[in-house]
Amino acid sequence: MDEAVTIRNLRIEVAETGADIVDEINLTIAPGEVLGLVGESGSGKTTVGLAVLGHARHGVKLARGDVTIGDAAMLSLGDVALRHARGRLVSYVPQDPSTALNPALRINKQLIEVLEFHNFGGSDAARRERVQEVMNEVLLPSTPEFLRRYPHQLSGGQQQRVGLAMAFACRPSVIVLDEPTTGLDVSTQAHVLTTIRELCHAHRVAALYVTHDLAVVANLADQVAVMYAGRIVEQGPAAELFQNPCHPYTRHLIAAAPDMSIDHEMIGLSGRAPAPGKRPVGCSFAKRCELATDECRAEFPAERVVAPGRIARCIRPFEVPVRTQHVAVHSSPIAASATHALMVRDLCASYTRHQVVHNVDLHVDRGECLALVGESGSGKTTLSRSIGGLHREWTGEILLGSERLAQSARDRTTAQRLRIQYVFQNPYSSLQPRRMIGDSVARPLLIGGASKTDAARKVGEMLERVALTASYASRFPDQLSGGERQRVAIARALVSRPEVLVCDEVTSALDVLVQASIVELLGELRRDLGLAMLFVTHNLPLVASIADQVAVLADGKIVESGPTERVLRYPEAEYTKRLIADTPQISELPER
Amino acid sequence: MSVPNHPAETPVPPVPELDLSSAAVTERPPGVLRSGLRLWRTRVGLIFVTILVAIALFGRYIAPYSESKGIALPNQPPGETRLPSTFGSGYKGQDVWTRFLYGGRPILISAFLATVLALFLGTLIGLVAAYNRGKLDDFLMRVMDVILALPQIIAALVVLSMFGATTTVIVLTVGISTAPRIARVVRGTAVSVVERDFVAAAESLGESKTRILISELLPNVTAPLLVEANLRLTFSIGVIAGIGFLGFTPDPSAANWGLMIFQNKGGIVPNHWGVTLPVAALALLTIGTGMMGDGFSRATGGIDRARGDA
Repeated sequence: MDEAVTIRNLRIEVAETGADIVDEINLTIAPGEVLGLVGESGSGKTTVGLAVLGHARHGVKLARGDVTIGDAAMLSLGDVALRHARGRLVSYVPQDPSTALNPALRINKQLIEVLEFHNFGGSDAARRERVQEVMNEVLLPSTPEFLRRYPHQLSGGQQQRVGLAMAFACRPSVIVLDEPTTGLDVSTQAHVLTTIRELCHAHRVAALYVTHDLAVVANLADQVAVMYAGRIVEQGPAAELFQNPCHPYTRHLIAAAPDMSIDHEMIGLSGRAPAPGKRPVGCSFAKRCELATDECRAEFPAERVVAPGRIARCIRPFEVPVRTQHVAVHSSPIAASATHALMVRDLCASYTRHQVVHNVDLHVDRGECLALVGESGSGKTTLSRSIGGLHREWTGEILLGSERLAQSARDRTTAQRLRIQYVFQNPYSSLQPRRMIGDSVARPLLIGGASKTDAARKVGEMLERVALTASYASRFPDQLSGGERQRVAIARALVSRPEVLVCDEVTSALDVLVQASIVELLGELRRDLGLAMLFVTHNLPLVASIADQVAVLADGKIVESGPTERVLRYPEAEYTKRLIADTPQISELPER
Repeated sequence: MSVPNHPAETPVPPVPELDLSSAAVTERPPGVLRSGLRLWRTRVGLIFVTILVAIALFGRYIAPYSESKGIALPNQPPGETRLPSTFGSGYKGQDVWTRFLYGGRPILISAFLATVLALFLGTLIGLVAAYNRGKLDDFLMRVMDVILALPQIIAALVVLSMFGATTTVIVLTVGISTAPRIARVVRGTAVSVVERDFVAAAESLGESKTRILISELLPNVTAPLLVEANLRLTFSIGVIAGIGFLGFTPDPSAANWGLMIFQNKGGIVPNHWGVTLPVAALALLTIGTGMMGDGFSRATGGIDRARGDA
């Protein structure tokens, strides 16, 4: 079959140092096929995506290799030819639609502009017709009043559909999608993904779908390529690749991915991928791979066909690392006491006089984890911040044990403040950048009246407890990776031995392997320390691995709550059913 | 999870414990001070400033004559003075070189003190305004706007004619009129810092407001603050020299670069040194502080930072 796009032996390096960002990339995509390019942040997947458009970011050089679309060699086109190829031959859908669309132009104007530039359709009337057509294709209304809107008058999902419409407007043969659904809610995501798949199949467009989300790829892509540290380590048909991964890294990725099946335990992997310029001679995954041999370390394994249609760069394909095998851990329930560790009664919270949380009741017991699930705008963060004393516009009752808590943290007693601790979503924002880790972690102890030597000892112990070492105490946040930072934030929250831990989307800024190890850690700490945990998330599959109880929040109301297994398997509320149906899953591959 | 696990053929080796401590510690990017000092403009500026500060502070110890000793008739060029003199005599027949060596200290000290005062007030007001958004913020910033609306030198002249030109009044006037500019910069930077989660984390621990201002916010506004402080020092030197030129000095008989320019401008034809020396000194001092400020601001903005850490 004639391929729509062929990438051969592509190497892209840092212009200044010559360090490889990606190397030895070989990919082909057939017309009408979706190839999912999966990798963690920093793996070079976006760089490859941009190279298909003949583009390199500032300071980055396309050093070697070819990208061929039809008969155009994208990497050797001149500026003018490249401008004409982009949009017509190959188009791009970026991650964030709100910044990708020009906020000052009506969407009609933006669509017409693309068509005019490529002289598509030949006449104004034909172009207007094409706008109508492409709007219908992406399932947006094509009425004049809708087309006259500005981007800010559209929802996130609609904006991304306009982005798709612009990309598909000139009927390109290849389309590059860079995490186009990352900022969207699951239901919106599901609809956008369906649209992408249908458009690609119907119009024979080859799609390169760049993402970190395995579940999305499992449901969308025909072919999958997995990237690690700038190289493709494995590729093959999606269904087979997920059913029976070949490279140990892929196995780890799948083992780490959250999944709604109830006995699923997410398994993390420590260490991090080597950065450009620091990559070893041998397999770059060898350092983190328990199957690695001296042969792996001596030379990067060449590409080889490990099964029909499947290529991998591993000398021990299909072997299973022990750490990816699921071990069911069952928490032994702690004897229920008369009072709940945390109890919320009839809580109503408002934001600048606009009520966002309505009459919420919930409770968490010692050693129990309650997951609070909701999409953006559901009021889950306002609710958790009210509990943490960071949001003060609320009425109702929050009881910590038997004590009633005041509105804001400032009005609570020191003991109360230390008994309930909060871990924030973004570890890049929750640690004071100019303060050493040890000092940040020691603050709760010092506030609680501990002596400095005592605090230093406890900080060391706590850092070890979250799988760091005591030597981290003298480092600054900018020396740590995202996962390490989040561990520090957890250490700070737990160092004063709180009873209640509020985790607000603590893993959403992290890569899948790191996310899994943080979830593992939280589960372990909860069991060992008997914590009552309120785990706030938008990620439904994550809930299965961590929570005993689930409360689903929609528009500020709890629509359903109960034991995790019951809610995930037999949802009662319409909203929960839809949410579960819209959530992509690796374990439930669609029939093809 | 429905991923079938293929049984491994070889006996499985024990899981290697991954050693975190062996991972190389990431080096910190250099701070503003250090990365600023790597730029040539900062270094040149620093050299100018060091030389002139040394002259201003210690020049009097190498001066050939005492501050007010007459050595010749007024405005005599070098070589035509009664007592030997490299740069001739000034408007009262005093040695220009001696007056020059004495005349830097009052300007420099009051400019420095005024800037310190402005820094203190401006930082305090800026941080308080940024942390307490709302009415207090509005009130403080409107007051700052009112002060900013007055031309600094005119305001200074009014106050100095009312209260007399003592060092204290000069420092207070220049300091207070400079503070709003610093307050604006600090508030602008701090507003985005306040939004960050570590401030919320400190609040949830019940840290006092003072502590939040000093140990959470302040360390994160130092980079732009350093740049602004440098710029304000440059301007204070200019303003205080200007005030001196217009005759407002604590002691009119004492040497002062600003005043010296005014006093010697009548004799510029017979002996230009009486004007040239202080003008050159003030110019180099302001250019030097300006270059340093520029270097530091580039370091904060990252304009000249090494690239390639993609």
